[in-house]
Amino acid sequence: MSPEKLDLLQGTLDLMVLQTLTVMGSMHGYGIARRIEQVSADEVLLNQGTIYASLVRLEQRGWISSKWGTSDNNRKAKFYSITAAGQRQLVADARYWERLKDVMERVLAMDNSAEGADA
Amino acid sequence: MSETLRLVKRLWAFIRRKPLDDDLEDELAAHLQFAIDDNIARGLKPCEARRLALISIGGLEQARYRHREARGFMTLDIFKQDLKYTLRTLWRDPSFTVVAALILALAIGANIAVFSVVNTLLLRPLPFPNAQELVWIAPPPSKCGMSCATYSTDAYDEFRAGSRSYQDVTGYFAFSGADNLSLNLGGAPIPATSIDVIQNFFQVLGVQAQMGRVFTPEDARNGAAPVVLLSNAWWKRQFNADPNIVGKAFDMNGKQTTVIGVLPASFDFGAVFAPGTKVDAITPLNLYGPPRDWGNIITLIGRMKPGVTLGQAVDEADRVAPHMCWNNKFPQTCGDYKKGVVPVGLKDYIGGKLRRSLIVLWSAVGAILLIACVNLSNLLLARGAARAKEFAMRGALGASRGRIVRQLLTESLVLSGMGAIFGFMLAAVLVGWLAHQGAIALPLLSTLHMDGAALGWTVVISIFSATIFGIVPGLRMAGGNVYESLKDAGPGATASRKHERIRSVLVVSEVALACMLLVGAGLLLRSFMNVLKVDLGFEPDRAAAIKVSYDDSVPNDKDGSLSAQKRGVIFQQILTRVGSLPGVEAAGFTDYLPLGQNRSWGLPFPKGLKPPQGLDGPLVYVITPGYMRAMGTPIRGRDFSWSDGPKSEPVVMINKSYAQYLANLGAWSDKDALNKPLGNGGGQDLHIVGIVDDVHEENVDGDAGWQIYYPMTQAGPSGAELVVRTRMNPATLAGPVLAALREMNPKQPAAEFRPIRLLVSHAVSGRQFFMLLVVSFAGLGLLLAALGIYGVISYSVTRQTQEIGIRMALGASAGHVRGRILTSTLRLASIGIVIGVSASLAGAKLIAALLFGTSPWDVATYGSMALLLLIIAALSGYIPAFRASRINPTVALRTN
Repeated sequence: MSPEKLDLLQGTLDLMVLQTLTVMGSMHGYGIARRIEQVSADEVLLNQGTIYASLVRLEQRGWISSKWGTSDNNRKAKFYSITAAGQRQLVADARYWERLKDVMERVLAMDNSAEGADA
Repeated sequence: MSETLRLVKRLWAFIRRKPLDDDLEDELAAHLQFAIDDNIARGLKPCEARRLALISIGGLEQARYRHREARGFMTLDIFKQDLKYTLRTLWRDPSFTVVAALILALAIGANIAVFSVVNTLLLRPLPFPNAQELVWIAPPPSKCGMSCATYSTDAYDEFRAGSRSYQDVTGYFAFSGADNLSLNLGGAPIPATSIDVIQNFFQVLGVQAQMGRVFTPEDARNGAAPVVLLSNAWWKRQFNADPNIVGKAFDMNGKQTTVIGVLPASFDFGAVFAPGTKVDAITPLNLYGPPRDWGNIITLIGRMKPGVTLGQAVDEADRVAPHMCWNNKFPQTCGDYKKGVVPVGLKDYIGGKLRRSLIVLWSAVGAILLIACVNLSNLLLARGAARAKEFAMRGALGASRGRIVRQLLTESLVLSGMGAIFGFMLAAVLVGWLAHQGAIALPLLSTLHMDGAALGWTVVISIFSATIFGIVPGLRMAGGNVYESLKDAGPGATASRKHERIRSVLVVSEVALACMLLVGAGLLLRSFMNVLKVDLGFEPDRAAAIKVSYDDSVPNDKDGSLSAQKRGVIFQQILTRVGSLPGVEAAGFTDYLPLGQNRSWGLPFPKGLKPPQGLDGPLVYVITPGYMRAMGTPIRGRDFSWSDGPKSEPVVMINKSYAQYLANLGAWSDKDALNKPLGNGGGQDLHIVGIVDDVHEENVDGDAGWQIYYPMTQAGPSGAELVVRTRMNPATLAGPVLAALREMNPKQPAAEFRPIRLLVSHAVSGRQFFMLLVVSFAGLGLLLAALGIYGVISYSVTRQTQEIGIRMALGASAGHVRGRILTSTLRLASIGIVIGVSASLAGAKLIAALLFGTSPWDVATYGSMALLLLIIAALSGYIPAFRASRINPTVALRTN
């Protein structure tokens, strides 16, 4: 694991899981973890094990549901899928992240020339 | 919404852990398998595939931990774990567990019991609805006893009509004595005690009858049919809790009296208004019958309107008082009550006098709790020394310091929890026992019980003590250097020496606390012994009294002289008969016994002199010849004789203090009141035939006031107590005396033959109660301190075994070894005693008001208590010292 990898901010993993499940449909824990790794092109530092803390949190809040099933290669696994409440939460969280992203962009784009322009 | 849902699920997950853990295990196993499959598919060897899969998971144990943290409550999980571990360790060390739980149970039990008493007497409202509205209305304390603490019926009517602050005002007849009711069920009459109350008494207090009804105005009218309310206890005892008793009539004092109701068990007249006495029946007081002319007879109780403050009521009473008349027929008596009508909260009236005693008591049990905590701290430290390596090992394996402190605090909580459970049971037994001590003259004692507040207090003090005694050993243990502890093989190590210093500090504070307790207890004990030595003015031993019923009514008796004559004959017959019983030395009658009820009838004064304003009259006792001899009160002059009849010259006896005051007024040239006449407000002059010793009439530990004695053949008594002085134990005469009385009057109830000593015990029972409690707490403190000293010294002896061995091998004698250990013991004790004595000297003011004839800085008490503590300390240090001196050098040096 290279030190340049991104550390995950508090709460971002939950959002990633919700988004993954929305796009991919029902998935098991390993699948979700792999998917996130692939999408982030191995940019984030993800201990796959932490996905299970996130999954239990989301399930207890009623945003995802789980069921034991059989995978393509015929292995028993627990499959997670997003609920209606989870969908709503995803929309709300995504909007929040958009806004935060915009703000961060503007803050980071700030330079000396802008200073005093408004004053 | 989702957070609430999560909380519920987390709680559920905490409780049902196992299936969820299994589920997680399956899931993780599947995860691992998927990862391995993927890695193999990429062409890795199975063993390498597995290794990389484990790396990308980031540790199975960490995954489990995070999952559980998110799923349930880790804190609770850890607590559960600590609890399990604690119970296991305590179970393995039963002697420690038992000793610790016992010490805590004693300390916590004492605290809960005292809290219950304090709660009942000071904190909890009186057992009446909206009790804060109730006030006691009385003049400031004065010399003339109950007559100056009560009001006439005219004054009551005026006060009730003239005041706006009250919903209503009621009162009761303050002068009915014990066994004043005789219940006749066919056999021998049964004595009982009843109280007359104004008909609105129960409405004002807010008490409902449990069965039937309470009084109505009709019950107290002239010519109303006699009715009675039964106390719950009497109904159960005397009438076998007859469910159909309401409406039945019984012969009470010769009148068919109908039972109209039974009072609830929660109402105990004696407990609230007359501590230490039991009241069996309540009857209505007819304000418009004969009591109209009896003078001051009623104590007043008011219920203020909601929103009215005590200050407003006091102001208003000041305005109303000048309009109140002692008797409306005599306008010159209007204004007699000026400055004499002061409402105080009923609760303050009842419990206020005990406030200081209770605070002292509370401090004493607080000290006990602290001593117990210090002791526990010491025990835990000693145990911790043995467990130091265990904790060092845990620390080395990665347990954080906080985690270890938590483990130790859990142990403390479990110990104090066990102590609290046993302590609560102990307190329940104690409180149950106290509630049935009817003879102790403390108010509300019978309403004492364990309640939610006591339970809450138990929880508070057990958590408090667990923190106190757990924190020092906890920090010590967790703060130790891992390396040092693991290496520390025992003697000479720095950690252990530091350890011992802390333990010494603890022992010193324990001794100091015990010293303060002992000094307090010693002062109270000395005061109590001084109270017992007080010259009461009579001889309480070998004398007893019995209430005698008699009928002196004579039809058409205009001035009462015929009934006085009849009374004289009856009493003379009884005294002759009883006086001839074997063993009887003297016998006589009085209407009121000392240390009981009293009243006054104005102030007889030398003729020609005007009594100064505001001077209270002497207390009045109506007696027969022989009474003074029976009580053992010396007379200067002569006793009354049977020839002092209704028609002869009125005679009186007065006590020394009163006589001295009168003699110093200057009316008599020889300055002696004996054989002098006293003016008597328009009546015939009273001739002083005798001067008697001052009798303590109201209490043992106060000053005796003024007393005047009238012969029963010249003044009307309010009852008759036969006092018999005997040559043997008075109890042996109970049968013969009652038999003789029965023979002469079949209506004589089987009244109790009460030793006069009992009156004194009753009067000092409150003081004795507090003294005994504080002394037993001090004893407990002493015991705990001795245990603490013993623990510390024997621990240090064990630790120094090798050193002592070397010393003995080098020629130190057994005596020398013993001396060294005893010296260090006494050094600890002395420091503790010095601190304790200084603290007591500083805090003695708190207790000063409770002492009698004893200085709060009484040198003898301080000295003897310090000596006692020193001796106990020496004894508890001697056992380990003796053991040390028996150490065999060769064995000692071979160990380790």
